[in-house]
Amino acid sequence: MAEIAVSLWRGKADGSYQLYRVPQRDNQTVLDVVTWVQRNADPTLAYRFACRVGMCGSCAMTVNGRPRWTCRTHTSKVVRHGKLEIGPLANLPIIKDLACDLRPFFEKWQAAKGVFAPRLTRVDAIEEIVPTTAARQAADAAIECINCAVCYAACDTVRWNPDYLGPAALNRAWTLVNDERDTGQQQRLQAVAAAGGCHICHSHQSCQQHCPNALNPTASIAGLKRHTMAAYLKGELE
Amino acid sequence: MNVRLYLLQRGSAAVLLPLVLLHLGVIFYASRRGLSAADILARTRGSLFWGTFYAAFVIAAATHAAIGVRVIAAEWTGLRGLALEVGMWSFGLLLAALGLIAVAAVVLA
Repeated sequence: MAEIAVSLWRGKADGSYQLYRVPQRDNQTVLDVVTWVQRNADPTLAYRFACRVGMCGSCAMTVNGRPRWTCRTHTSKVVRHGKLEIGPLANLPIIKDLACDLRPFFEKWQAAKGVFAPRLTRVDAIEEIVPTTAARQAADAAIECINCAVCYAACDTVRWNPDYLGPAALNRAWTLVNDERDTGQQQRLQAVAAAGGCHICHSHQSCQQHCPNALNPTASIAGLKRHTMAAYLKGELE
Repeated sequence: MNVRLYLLQRGSAAVLLPLVLLHLGVIFYASRRGLSAADILARTRGSLFWGTFYAAFVIAAATHAAIGVRVIAAEWTGLRGLALEVGMWSFGLLLAALGLIAVAAVVLA
């Protein structure tokens, strides 16, 4: 049976790659490969997954140097000359092996005010949203984020500047900036216009290149830049 | 980089664009016509237009470059806080001073 020579990152930041030989199958994802290693070669291997169908955003890893969702990446697409290298996501602290600490990622989500601030309560009638307005369409174009942190791991600016909020958090902020029901706009614009906010994005577009859901966080960030500039010129921002 | 610095950097770039094009035109004209240093000084000395033009050029370039270097310094050296601000202002003021001295030398008689 054909085998893949799989190099897996083991340990923390000072760890190293270890080689495993994994049977190659016709229909096999990178997550299948990692699971095979844990079940058959080394049960101490740490990694993270949940849904296995590209919805939960838990299983992102670095595959042959590129951040990918492993549950929907087929080995036939990424194995080169019978080899595969799988590591933890970049730009995040490594807990162990392939599992990263995602706290910085989600703390920045909070710092960018990526949380809906409602106007109504649960006793009010549900508000009707018109899907055809320009703002709603801008929000819809960016809303399918699954929080996998692939864009965060792919971002050069995150690597160079640990204060940068990152593409996912800013993309989320952009969906809320365009949400007519939200009441937290002033604080959100202030948060994304501050140091570490949208203006240090270099528009390298790695987030767009690697996003497994084909979102374009660079475009969302450009929208935030325009929006915050207009607000600043109107004297609405400090 | 925050929204204020971003606006200043993009604004100074917008100012620089026509100035750089005219500056290149001036270089092209002066070299093609074979103007000597004396010919050039005869045109610039006491000229309000060239004094204003190159003073604006220097201020815009110093502003643009200082903010750009601030970003690079923050990303590549990890510089933060007061050191970053002092670095940006020092670099910008140095560029502005050197440039304005040069402008004064060719405009003032």
